[in-house]
Amino acid sequence: MMSVLINVLGLLLITGIVWWFWLAGRKSPLQHYQESLVIQVKDGVYEPDRIEVPAGREITLSFQREDASPCAEYVVFSDLEISKQLPLNHITEVQLPKLEKREYPFTCQMKMYRGILVAS
Amino acid sequence: MSGQQQTFTLSGASCAGCVRKIESALKAVDGVDDARVNLAERTLTVTGSVSSPTCISAVESAGYGAKRAAADPRKQRELQRDKDRQHFRKLMWRSGLALALGIPLMLWGLITGEMSVNTSTQQLAWGCVGLITLAVMAFCGGHFFTGAWKAFRHHNANMDTLIAVGTGAAWLFSMAVVFFPHWLPESARHVYFEASAMIIGLINLGQALEVRARGRTSAAVEKLLELQDPTARVVSESGEVDVPLEEVQVGDQVRVRPGEKIPVDGQVLEGRSSVDESMLTGEPVPVKKAAGDNLSAGTLNKNGTLLFEAKKVGAETRLAQIIEMVQNAQSSRVPIARLADTISAIFVPTVMIIAIIAALVWFNWGPDPRAAHTLVVLTSVLIIACPCALGLATPMSVMVGVGKGAEHGVLVRNGKALQQASNLTTLVVDKTGTLTEGAPKLTDIETDGDVDELLTLLASLERHSEHPLAEAIVDAARDKELSLHEVEDFEAITAHGVRGKVDGRLVLLGNRKLMSREAIEPGDWQARAEDLAAMGRTAMYAAVDNQMAGVIAVADPIRKDAKDAVARLKNLGLKIEMLTGDNQATADAVAKQLGIESVHADLQPEDKEKIIGELQQKGIRVGMAGDGINDAPALARADVGFAIGAGTDVAIETADVTLMRSSLHGVADAIELSRATLRNIKQNLFGAFIYNTLGIPVAAGVLYPLTGMLLSPVIAGAAMAFSSVTVVSNANRLRLFKPSSAQEVRP
Ligand SMILES: [Cu+2]
Repeated sequence: MMSVLINVLGLLLITGIVWWFWLAGRKSPLQHYQESLVIQVKDGVYEPDRIEVPAGREITLSFQREDASPCAEYVVFSDLEISKQLPLNHITEVQLPKLEKREYPFTCQMKMYRGILVAS
Repeated sequence: MSGQQQTFTLSGASCAGCVRKIESALKAVDGVDDARVNLAERTLTVTGSVSSPTCISAVESAGYGAKRAAADPRKQRELQRDKDRQHFRKLMWRSGLALALGIPLMLWGLITGEMSVNTSTQQLAWGCVGLITLAVMAFCGGHFFTGAWKAFRHHNANMDTLIAVGTGAAWLFSMAVVFFPHWLPESARHVYFEASAMIIGLINLGQALEVRARGRTSAAVEKLLELQDPTARVVSESGEVDVPLEEVQVGDQVRVRPGEKIPVDGQVLEGRSSVDESMLTGEPVPVKKAAGDNLSAGTLNKNGTLLFEAKKVGAETRLAQIIEMVQNAQSSRVPIARLADTISAIFVPTVMIIAIIAALVWFNWGPDPRAAHTLVVLTSVLIIACPCALGLATPMSVMVGVGKGAEHGVLVRNGKALQQASNLTTLVVDKTGTLTEGAPKLTDIETDGDVDELLTLLASLERHSEHPLAEAIVDAARDKELSLHEVEDFEAITAHGVRGKVDGRLVLLGNRKLMSREAIEPGDWQARAEDLAAMGRTAMYAAVDNQMAGVIAVADPIRKDAKDAVARLKNLGLKIEMLTGDNQATADAVAKQLGIESVHADLQPEDKEKIIGELQQKGIRVGMAGDGINDAPALARADVGFAIGAGTDVAIETADVTLMRSSLHGVADAIELSRATLRNIKQNLFGAFIYNTLGIPVAAGVLYPLTGMLLSPVIAGAAMAFSSVTVVSNANRLRLFKPSSAQEVRP
């Protein structure tokens, strides 16, 4: 009885992981970029992590890192070949070139912290 | 953390009313804790967590202008170091506390072997330990749990997730044993509080050591920052005063005494001295400076006093630009890092699934005590899989490698250039200014009569010529301190040479054609001239009063260290090709002396780029070394462009690699350094991969049939904590890099 329970629980957990981390869409609200925006790097995530930015314009994003975990140290825009070191407890500005209309992911160096820029 | 301070310089603010308007405009902005205007200095200081563009637009909407004031990099660095120290202490403190609980618990288990729960006394005692463990976990490792939870809500999983799930599972299982021991077979009534406490302690310890080791990776930039003294001695009508560096203005007259550092970039007005520029250029020999010469901030004045005019201050100085460039390059990406990226993207959820599968295998088919084994396998896999080392592997090496380059006068633009420089197969070198001095010199003067007399005549004549070679002859006469004479009827004959009357004698200087035009037989001199030409020199015939007087030769001398440098580069396995606008004979002669096999002569500037393109089409990875300005298109076209000896602002901004020292040795240094860095990165990546690819199966229990034991979660925690310390330490090993010297290369 007990062993069936444990096995079912394990399988449920695996299904849950696959569904939650891979299949379920990330539905955090789309934040609009206005003049500037401070993105908090805190507790393992970027906040906000979905940002609508204007295309065809150079913009500056600010990252405030309060997460001491080493992963959080760099923010990487791999499509734009940009990476920036984020000192702890500090606002770091990242200048982006003119963007085309599409989505640009930004991540930590291990792609565990994930955010997305929606250029429109 | 209540945010930070930012300073802006204001424009248009001139009255107390403006101050109020600006301050209240900013205080209305979200995230601003405080805003203060200093009217005298026209600055605005904002405290709070707000980005500078927001502040600037707030000032602008109030009707004024604001610009971000350049922060003093040294103060910033100091601040950062303080934060690092604080962070280190906090981590050590957390680690100490968690280990203070974990180690005695572990010893108790090892010595007495009594970690099982059978009686109600044991239930009570272990229940208390469980609560203490919970408190320690919350206090020392709370951030792992909040981080994991927040990431989870965002459908994200990170390092924190693994640690939190791992230690949490061990604790929950142990508490279940405490409360319901009879649910489990007797052999599995074992608690794992010590594992939770130890893992949290070890991971904090690992991170603390990592913070410390990382501090050292930026040593090179710190060294550069320390090159500047905090004050400068400014000379004005009222005397000499020491003023803080930030207050030195362009146009100020500054005095540096022997043994002092030059505070800002400038131009010498008075005095003579030799200046040690090795800290910027890597060039070991001090450079003589006199009126009109340029000085760079951060270099060391050796033996004389110099008075100079400040030309560039603050962030404009070459030193400041170098520092900025190094910092940018240090945080840039290396293409090889992509490999790690793809893996880590799906890493954490995959690991969680592997851990569950492994645990279920042990639960269903493993030997007794199955419940305990299941938990140990689950926890160990989760903890050991943490991929932090993988993520650190490349950035740490790049950080050290780029910094090390700066120490040797090699400025690498970014990680991509660093990687490409490591696998070049051909180096194309521009002759003039790179292999040769770039300024022609008189090399030979042969005559049957008096050498000085002929030189006097020729130099007097050439003083009127604008031909580049003329300067070499005039310089040679000046070096010998010969006094030159007046010239009458000077005539420059295009493509032939010059003629004129010196002291009443008709002097001719030019090529073969000039002599035949004037009907002068060159006789034996022709053979001499041809010999000289074969040596790559430009030979000219001299005639006085319609008689051959001799031949002279001018050449662009080969740089002293060019031969050694070429040998070093060949030793690195590079094929060297020379490019030049000079004629084939001259080019061949230079190439022969340097041991270069491949020569492209008679080139127009645009041909250089074309040649590089052709090489690239053959699949050759081409580096190009040139002196910056006229070679710009070729430098840009090459896989890696090395701008030599320029150190000019333009070159720093455009070249892939800028060499502060005017020597081809810099290219060899850069290539050796890039290879050393890439090797270091590969070691790190390999180490990190091996760690995870071996660590996970071991933690899952594949060695059990051999050893009869499972990997303890505590050991997994220790391995995880020190894997990133190992990577950072290995990167720090690059600090010992030394370029091979020319001597080592020569047989
Ligand atoms: Cu980790």
